[in-house]
Amino acid sequence: MDIVYTIWLRSVKRYLRSKSRLVGSLGMPLFLFAVLGFGLNSVVVMPGMEQGYIGFIMPGIISMSVLFTSVFAGIQIIWDKQFGFLKETLVAPVSRVEIMFGQTVGGATTAVIQGLIILVLSLFMGLQINNIPGFVIAIIFMTLIGLSFTAFGIAIASRMEDMHGFQLIMNFVIFPIFGLSGALFPIDSLPVWIRSLTLLDPLTYGVEGIRYGLLGTSQVDPVVSLGVLSGFTILMIIIGSHLFRKISI
Amino acid sequence: MYAIEVENLVRKFGDFTAVNDLTFRIKKGEVFGLLGPNGAGKTTTISMLSTMLPSTSGKAFVNGFDISKDQDNVRKSIGIVFQDQSLDEELTAYENMDFHGRLYRIPKSTRQKKIAHLLKLVELYDKKDNQVKTYSGGMRRRLEIARGLLHEPQILFLDEPTLGLDPQTRNHLWDYIEKLNKEKGITIILTTHYMEEADKLCHRIAIIDKGKIIAMDSSENLKNDIGGDVITIDSSQRDVFYSALKTLPEIKSVELHDSLITISIQNAEQHVARIVNIASENNIGIKSLSIHKPTLEDVFLHFTGRTIREEEASAKDKMRMMRKVRRR
Repeated sequence: MDIVYTIWLRSVKRYLRSKSRLVGSLGMPLFLFAVLGFGLNSVVVMPGMEQGYIGFIMPGIISMSVLFTSVFAGIQIIWDKQFGFLKETLVAPVSRVEIMFGQTVGGATTAVIQGLIILVLSLFMGLQINNIPGFVIAIIFMTLIGLSFTAFGIAIASRMEDMHGFQLIMNFVIFPIFGLSGALFPIDSLPVWIRSLTLLDPLTYGVEGIRYGLLGTSQVDPVVSLGVLSGFTILMIIIGSHLFRKISI
Repeated sequence: MYAIEVENLVRKFGDFTAVNDLTFRIKKGEVFGLLGPNGAGKTTTISMLSTMLPSTSGKAFVNGFDISKDQDNVRKSIGIVFQDQSLDEELTAYENMDFHGRLYRIPKSTRQKKIAHLLKLVELYDKKDNQVKTYSGGMRRRLEIARGLLHEPQILFLDEPTLGLDPQTRNHLWDYIEKLNKEKGITIILTTHYMEEADKLCHRIAIIDKGKIIAMDSSENLKNDIGGDVITIDSSQRDVFYSALKTLPEIKSVELHDSLITISIQNAEQHVARIVNIASENNIGIKSLSIHKPTLEDVFLHFTGRTIREEEASAKDKMRMMRKVRRR
């Protein structure tokens, strides 16, 4: 456990130290929020949504923030590989599973912090949180998204030689995961074939879970969301540790 | 009891054999050098001994533990300073040390004391709270050595410890490595392609070329193998000169390399006049002539037939090939 803590500590220290990354990664969500939220708020009518479209996409933007931060945190292993620091960890008498866990928990922590910053900012923009349990539920779902997608990033990074493939992963894996997740639109109103695609996207359950926590309504049963996302998290951690164990320098 | 025992160790990358049937033993408390050009297989050997790379075949024991079966105990027994930097630049020197100490499960109070002690030893204590990215190359190297010692390893691997450092820092590090070995009795295995470095530090040297050990002994004995002094002659008519010299009975051996003729001979000073006379008798021009005591460079030349620089050039191609194979 102390090894996991050691690796976690390093991730968090590095995150808090790089102010530019912290501020920079707030840019995209805030931009989307302003353009889509304020831009479409008056045009889009959301039946049964008290807080309008802006309230609807808020959980989506938070999920996006967590998603991007966590995948990036996982993929950062490639930097460690290129700058040589990974050797230092791999040659120590600790198991690789412990190292991988530490990275995952560290990445998830930074991702949740990032999500919470967006959440707090959105309070200033008019989001109302009705109850504290709902807030806790939202944090649980953010944590699960953080854990699963950091592990996902580690799995990818374990198979990559350098950062060249990063754009490819961003454009063909991460953006589709975000786009299909129902972060920006209600999945109930979709044509059946797209709807089934969104239901295959693990992030959908994360977005829906956070939405349930913050707004009190969701289109997927929160228990189902919790089940699916937990399952996905476990699967990703298993795949991630498996691939990380085989990493070679 | 040996610190390291290696038996018939082999590592292949595809068709390329990086380490070819190595066998050697290193005694406890010894400073052992692996000397060879880039791409000779030194780093691959170190990687296998430090459990970073599985071997293709053969056996090796580090501190009595099998590198393929008992990796955890091997890792606990060794400290390693890699050829490439392996520090976290975003963290401070102290944090890098602390991270290492925690990874090796050193209890907090001992950890803090040791970090302070080691940082003072490598003269970085004043700058312990600066981020590593502000450090110079020499400071980073010293920090890496301090870090490698934090968990009190019995065996320390130094892979090209002074590569790319200025002569002053290099001397400083050499003194420090010697001190470590004498005072703490740590077994040190270092790889280098600096002849000087091996000569100054190592009790025994293995000359390694194309994955094989071609000679292994103390620096003195290796030099004695050549037989006396070395005379190097630069001449435009080297082939004619070569056959003329071959008739001289005093000369132990004559070899041709590039445009140079290398002669091994006892008491060279007494024979120089003879050699110059032979040249003028045969109307052979001599551009330059030098006499020196044999160096490890000569030893390398003697055993491989090539200078270490000739080796470096062809090694680059080999390295490229190796990378390609590894990517597959």
